[in-house]
Amino acid sequence: MGVSALLATIFLPLAGSLAVMLIERSQVKAIKVTTLVMTVITFLVSLLLLPGFDRTSTAMQFTINSQWIPALDAGFRIGIDGTSLLLVLLTTFMMPIAILASWDSITKQTKEYYALMLMLQFGMTGVFAALDTFLFYVFWEVILIPMYFIIGIWGGKDRIYAAVKFFLYTLAGSLLMLVAIIWLGLYGVEAGVGFTADLMKLRMIAPAIPMDVQFWLFMAFALAFFIKVPLFPFHTWLPDAHVQAPTAGSVILAAVLLKMGTYGLIRFNLELFPQTSAELAGPISVLAVIGIIYGALVAMVQTDIKKLVAYSSVSHLGFVVLGIFSITVEGVQGAVIQMVNHGLSTGMLFLCVGVLYERRHTREIGDYGGITNVMPRFAVMFAIAMFASVGLPGLNGFVGEFFTLIGAFRSPFLNNWAYAIISASGVIFAAVYLLWMFQRVMFGTNNNPENHHLRDLRTIEYWQLVPLVIFIVWLGIAPRTFMDLSEKSVQAAVGKVEFYKFSRPSQQP
Amino acid sequence: MQPFDLVGSLPLIVIWLALGAVGIVIQAFVRNTKLVFGYYAGTLAVTGTLAALTSYHKTTAFQHMITVGGYANYFDVLFCAAGLMTMLAARPYLQRSESEYDEFYTLLVSAVSGMILMAHSNNLVVTFVGVELMSISFYVMAGFFKMQERSVEAALKYFLLGAFASGFLVYGMALLYGATGSLDYVDIGLAAHGGTLRFPLLLAAGAVLMTIGLSFKVAAFPFHQWAPDVYEGSPTAVTAFMSTAGKAAAFSAFIPIIMAVMPVGAGAAAAAYAPQLQMVLAIIAAITMLVGNISAIAQTNVKRMLAYSSIAHAGYLMMGLVSGSADGAAGILFYVTSYVFMQIGAFVIVGLVEKADGTNVMLDDYRGLGKRQPLLAGLMAVFMFSLAGIPPFAGFFGKYLLFLSAIEAGFTWLTIVAVVSSVISVYFYLGMVVKMYFQEAEHATEPAPTGMAGITLAVATIAVVVLGVLPSLLLNIYRTW
Repeated sequence: MGVSALLATIFLPLAGSLAVMLIERSQVKAIKVTTLVMTVITFLVSLLLLPGFDRTSTAMQFTINSQWIPALDAGFRIGIDGTSLLLVLLTTFMMPIAILASWDSITKQTKEYYALMLMLQFGMTGVFAALDTFLFYVFWEVILIPMYFIIGIWGGKDRIYAAVKFFLYTLAGSLLMLVAIIWLGLYGVEAGVGFTADLMKLRMIAPAIPMDVQFWLFMAFALAFFIKVPLFPFHTWLPDAHVQAPTAGSVILAAVLLKMGTYGLIRFNLELFPQTSAELAGPISVLAVIGIIYGALVAMVQTDIKKLVAYSSVSHLGFVVLGIFSITVEGVQGAVIQMVNHGLSTGMLFLCVGVLYERRHTREIGDYGGITNVMPRFAVMFAIAMFASVGLPGLNGFVGEFFTLIGAFRSPFLNNWAYAIISASGVIFAAVYLLWMFQRVMFGTNNNPENHHLRDLRTIEYWQLVPLVIFIVWLGIAPRTFMDLSEKSVQAAVGKVEFYKFSRPSQQP
Repeated sequence: MQPFDLVGSLPLIVIWLALGAVGIVIQAFVRNTKLVFGYYAGTLAVTGTLAALTSYHKTTAFQHMITVGGYANYFDVLFCAAGLMTMLAARPYLQRSESEYDEFYTLLVSAVSGMILMAHSNNLVVTFVGVELMSISFYVMAGFFKMQERSVEAALKYFLLGAFASGFLVYGMALLYGATGSLDYVDIGLAAHGGTLRFPLLLAAGAVLMTIGLSFKVAAFPFHQWAPDVYEGSPTAVTAFMSTAGKAAAFSAFIPIIMAVMPVGAGAAAAAYAPQLQMVLAIIAAITMLVGNISAIAQTNVKRMLAYSSIAHAGYLMMGLVSGSADGAAGILFYVTSYVFMQIGAFVIVGLVEKADGTNVMLDDYRGLGKRQPLLAGLMAVFMFSLAGIPPFAGFFGKYLLFLSAIEAGFTWLTIVAVVSSVISVYFYLGMVVKMYFQEAEHATEPAPTGMAGITLAVATIAVVVLGVLPSLLLNIYRTW
């Protein structure tokens, strides 16, 4: 059942997208309902992955291995482990919410919009499930086109600039990854398994690649992922894309798209190149720490709420990268859970900003003040999202940050307390910029007459936020439910790096 | 190896008889454009079908002058398909410009016959005849709008520079003959690989001169200067044909020559110059890509932009020559096939948007096309993404194969240059999409009704998508040779 559930999770959105394209343009209601139903069904189907998932196994599960391009040994190979399962579920969970968030705010070219959203989901799920470098690359690039249009057509004032920048940045990184993918495939010939794109085969042979070559391959993969994450200093596309994208676009961008980068770091960099990962853990962690502090400081001085949230993403994803390159079980587990957390809490923050923007058509913090009085229900929701993002104990953000910091603290690869200590100050900065923003927007006196009669949350908006709150609290109180899923796969990945670093004589000259 | 292999030569014989014997007679006595159009469309269809049916029959014919089957027949089918697609799109285009003359179709089929000769050639002289037949047809077609100054100018430029390049080609052939004592590819190849050369230097010089001549035909740096002017000035339907099938034909001649004279891996005396020749090709390829793509960014005219981009595509294709391996050849074959479909598709749309007086070909004229003509704009976007090499379209997989062959040959740096120039190229391909979808029109002009060009567009789109998703369809064919 698991295999068919995984197949359905990947292909239902594509089917939905084609279905939407066939509906008459004027039937706006039918288009929206079809999309929503499709995403909800996909979510329910993806839940069927859970009962059959063996959380005591480190192996890939629900695998399919069928030929696609025999000449290049590129196949339709899919399968998931704990890490990818969590991210697949995050994707299917966020999609219906994003569709609801677009319900009234997307008024032009609705048909194209919903078709593209479903296409986007198809690509994202595919990225998390692909076990073939060629297939992975195809899915990775397939995402670019829908996201480019979503930002470019339905975005804000400077949408064209943001869309083109998003496209070019991502493509520049990923084309180098393509070179590395080809190089790896050719290495298969040398290693005696023939030209291959099979990730499972590559995992066996890749650690034997000479160190100097491994370094460049690692960098080619890492660059693509760093840009996507985005890690400082490759982050400059993100604030533009976030600010210009429509609300649902920002939600998906923050919740899922950025996770493709961090997921790739675990799946490819850590698992394919253990020696280089151990070697470069220090320098990359330095970038992560700089990102944490830099993102937080820049967020602090923003006057635009959406831009503030965008920079907070840079800071939060710094924690994820730090956790991954601490290469400890705690750290990587924390990173995985922080990916989910960030998806939930930042997604929710963007939804809240969207709610405000729809009413006032401004994102300037200075235009607000005293909103709590007119929108009490909204205030509660916004506060939960904000506290989750700050990392208040009891909510989800705390768990992830805590584990990544422990990982960084204990890491034998970083072997330095400074990483954890400096990063911890990032948590404090997060409290500063988020609380300060919240105070200026929601509290104080409501002086601006335009803010006197704002409508509180409508039902449709309310129900977008409630499911998020449930999971934010659930993750905060009982993180084991989720962490158990990924524990074995993370242990395996970390164990492999430790093996090459400590148990085997080094191959270096 | 019969002296006259009738089965294998059937496609060639059919197109020659149809063109030279029957076609001339029809045109001499009948003045009915519709009939002529139908006749030549039928000729191409029959030739293509015969080529596909006889492709299993692999041998050489006419005293080893031509090869038949496999590789050559594959190109036959491709040229006939490109010719048919162009004819279908050209008819409504020429009618709108009120310059539909029967001769257009004659010339087009004559160009196709030249291309077929190039693909079948196993002999330097045959190659030369093919090249000239194709080129002379092109010179006339470029000037087909004989009342328009820029069309005539394009024809003249193309002719003068093309004739010059033919000189290089012929001189190179003469030197090759001098070095190896043979015009036959197999003998040349044996001499180059076997080390029985008396004048290795002559072989190298001949190879370089031929490379120059063919570089002109494929519009590779530094012999690319003619392309933008000619492509811009020629009627759009002609440009569509020249820039695709013409390039494919030049590569169909290029591959066997390079395979013959570049003894990669052979421990021959002549192998000494192989790395240099490889390096020359690699440098030409690298600069061609960069020059083409960077120049394309600055263009405001769509035809010029596509012209520069076609220069860049010649650069990508040359990556396959650098490796001199079967993988490289497969990469070229796949890429050139996808290129024919996506570039013809793009030019057909340009032709539809263009007004009868040849205006409305600026990038700004495409503003808001996404709203006015969702289907046309959608197809254009597909072609642009495919040209840019974004999966899941055919252009991506072609690039993948070419990158693969270059890395395999040890030219990782060339691949990195290709990657960089691909990123540059995305900028202007996206620029087109930006104009169509993200900007509003200032003045709305409706494109011409699609007519028969719709068939061309449908075929091109299906090919671009299907080849992108199921590349094995073609790869399996290459494996049978």
